Amino acid sequence: MEEQKYLVEMKNILKNFPGVQALRGVDLNVGYGEIHALVGENGAGKSTLMKCLIGMHPPTSGQIFFEGNELNNYNTSDALKMGIAMIHQELSPVLHRSIMENIWLGREPKTKFGFVDHQKMYDMTKEVLKTINLDVDPKMLMVDLTIAKTQMIEIAKAISYNAKVIIMDEPTSALTKKEIVQLFGIMRQLKADGKSLIYISHKLDEIFEISDKITVFRDGKLIGTDNKEKFDVQSLIKMMVGRDVTEMFPKIDCEIGEIKLAVTGLSDTGGRFNDVSFNVRKGEILGIAGLVGAGRTEVIETLFGIRRKMSGQVMIDGKEIDIESPMDAIKNKMALLTEDRRLDGIFPSLTVFQNTIIANLRSYIKKNGLLDNTKALKDVNHYVEAIKIKTPSIFQRVENLSGGNQQKVLVARWLLTEPEILILDEPTRGIDVGAKAEIHRLITALAGQGKSIIMVSSELPEVMGMSDRIMIMHEGKVTGIIDNRKDLSQEEIMTFATGNSSANQAKM
Amino acid sequence: MSDSSKKIANEAEKAEDLKQQKANGNKLLIYLKKYGIIFALILLIVGISIAEPKFLNPTNIFNVLTQSSIYGIMALGMTLIIISKGIDLSVGSILAFAGIVAASLGQVSTATNKFFPNLGEMPVIVPILAALAIGAILGGINGGLIAYTGIPAFIATLGMMTMARGVTLMYTSGKPVTQLTPDFMFLGGKIGVIPVPVLIYALMAGITWVLLNHTSFGKNVYAIGGNIKAAEISGVNVKKNLLILYAFCGLMAAVAAIVFAGRVGSVHPGAAVGYELTAIAASVIGGTSFDGGIGTVGGAVIGALVLGVLRNGLTLLGVQAYWQQILEGLIIIVAVIIDMRKNSKKK
Ligand SMILES: Nc1ncnc2c1ncn2[C@@H]1O[C@H](COP(=O)(O)OP(=O)(O)OP(=O)(O)O)[C@@H](O)[C@H]1O
Ligand SMILES: [Mg+2]
Repeated sequence: MEEQKYLVEMKNILKNFPGVQALRGVDLNVGYGEIHALVGENGAGKSTLMKCLIGMHPPTSGQIFFEGNELNNYNTSDALKMGIAMIHQELSPVLHRSIMENIWLGREPKTKFGFVDHQKMYDMTKEVLKTINLDVDPKMLMVDLTIAKTQMIEIAKAISYNAKVIIMDEPTSALTKKEIVQLFGIMRQLKADGKSLIYISHKLDEIFEISDKITVFRDGKLIGTDNKEKFDVQSLIKMMVGRDVTEMFPKIDCEIGEIKLAVTGLSDTGGRFNDVSFNVRKGEILGIAGLVGAGRTEVIETLFGIRRKMSGQVMIDGKEIDIESPMDAIKNKMALLTEDRRLDGIFPSLTVFQNTIIANLRSYIKKNGLLDNTKALKDVNHYVEAIKIKTPSIFQRVENLSGGNQQKVLVARWLLTEPEILILDEPTRGIDVGAKAEIHRLITALAGQGKSIIMVSSELPEVMGMSDRIMIMHEGKVTGIIDNRKDLSQEEIMTFATGNSSANQAKM
Repeated sequence: MSDSSKKIANEAEKAEDLKQQKANGNKLLIYLKKYGIIFALILLIVGISIAEPKFLNPTNIFNVLTQSSIYGIMALGMTLIIISKGIDLSVGSILAFAGIVAASLGQVSTATNKFFPNLGEMPVIVPILAALAIGAILGGINGGLIAYTGIPAFIATLGMMTMARGVTLMYTSGKPVTQLTPDFMFLGGKIGVIPVPVLIYALMAGITWVLLNHTSFGKNVYAIGGNIKAAEISGVNVKKNLLILYAFCGLMAAVAAIVFAGRVGSVHPGAAVGYELTAIAASVIGGTSFDGGIGTVGGAVIGALVLGVLRNGLTLLGVQAYWQQILEGLIIIVAVIIDMRKNSKKK
């Protein structure tokens, strides 16, 4: 037999969902031992193509070859056995079970009496975890792991299947810098072991760092595929969105008014952060930077009444207020876009329309007590257009949207409430470059209308590109609040974020 | 790695260690929460014994255990079902049907209202096997419907609950079946001082525990309830497992039926109405979560005992039956409130 050039060959793949043509005849060739990046806008069809490959969604038409053999009528467990494993965009472990039970689910080692051999399972788990240098107790429950560790376990699981190709769908979107470095280390090692990796991400710098080949999709069609050296950032963006995105951070300087929100000495009951003080003015964007785990999310969740505060004072427009629940916060014209859309944001089985207006129903109640659907429809359509939510109609269930488009629906929901104080936690996680710029534009426009904006982001360029001032946190403490002068470097901010700058305490 | 990124890495590590230390500090609290229901049971026993020392009489203790064993056995199957994020409303009706068929095959030959007049006295294994077969088959039908047509467990078992009750009534034209053989009655009797139902209950609990913790079936049940998608993606045959699971639950209802018949000495076609709810109550008091993926056999046993102790104790204390019900309802709710705190991820 002739030597196979490609491990995975997908030819002319078409995939239709009711009302949506997700893939319109795309090809993908993945060679042996290569890291192959898949890029494209939200809804371009990346995840769908991968789900076709692993047998989760059979393609409407097209051919799939693996190691030279055509595959037909197979499901995910067949694919796993052949060596095709996928780490899904929305991670899905069995939460209240242990690491080892998750890894060996469906194929537990047995004793000769047919019972599960826990000792062997434990040892085997230790062994797989060693291959990725992960030192955790196999008996730990999945629910107790950080997102990063959960991800590592998924990788370990893929390795344990002896997978020949491992698909990673946006694995780094919730990881810290350090964890990304670690993940890339593992990816390189897997590649050295001759495994192929398909890597989906919206972070272009990472793609250029890790991949060998890049394939670009747009609207379910193949736009280009080549070695990474043949691309540069600008050309890649242009291929993805079909036009030039000139300005990633269209921040306009607007008039900054008086203090809107003042927080003094805020601490929470869980001890996650301590003595946090800051203020936000009208028309101002306050960025909050810091490492994941620095307590940024906790601060804003406490501010919003999701967590209980222990001490501290919150003033809006110079009046002290008491926020005990999100209801109180909303009454005070605050809005919060949460970090974890799966957990606290989306109503999967409701439509795009319902998901968008749900936080703003009050403003659509007519005099007769019924909802003003015409106005609501108009508003929703406006946002769907403005931030390019890709959906066949606004009456599509949100769970059928691509990951990034679900995130956009949430962004639309909170923008629609037109709050006085808008708090955004990782607003552009998982969102493609083009839409990112659109969301940035909308945020700036809100600031321009005199709203106060607090934005937590782990992407320093985003914080630096958008904020008027930047508050930096480290281990639950504010290590600095600095004016976002244009000459500030990422390194300078990082010194605050790592807590090495107490002498350098900047003025408010 | 550049110097500065190394620093970042170390700092992050430190932050993680700090988190770990805090987690250790919380261990005692977690422990208390985890075994809270045991403490509650002990508290209940101590409280009742102080108010009424007769409670601690060995005869009374065995009484409590015997009383608990019927819905305790049903709660075993129910717990597995709820762990899988399902529900089985039909176990009370299955108990009645399996029980009445078993009784009809287990009457003494001189019985006045003999169901099968020409049938001699059967060895007790015959009614036992008949009951078990009925339980497994009806349960299997539940499982089959849920797995292969995709209708919700609530609906499938609601239908089965109604149908099985109808079949039971039809079987005897609404009449009870009485006068069971001594061998049959032995199943509800005693060996020395130890009640046979308690022994059967212990055996069933042991079997269920092994099944849940030491077989891949058990792991699959947890996975299906915890995250059915993950189970499917990992190659678990979800449909087959659901079928077996509901058949098992029906089987447990049949075992309970045998104990029931042996203890009472007769079966009425209207027997065990509402028992499914007691079984569900025992499960949730024992910490089984309706969110799926969470629950233990030990918890189910303790849940059944809490109900048994409560019922017996309140009766001993002369508390009105109405109050007993009110208290029982309260306990179910409080138990679940406490439980939800235990399992919640945040804070
Ligand atoms: N189950 C489904 N039912 C209906 N439409 C679907 C379904 N799954 C995906 N789609 C549609 O198919 C298209 C491609 O979605 P896909 O999830 O593959 O995008 P993606 O490239 O992974 O985007 P993202 O970067 O946002 O994750 C989208 O328009 C989406 O709405
Ligand atoms: Mg996707």
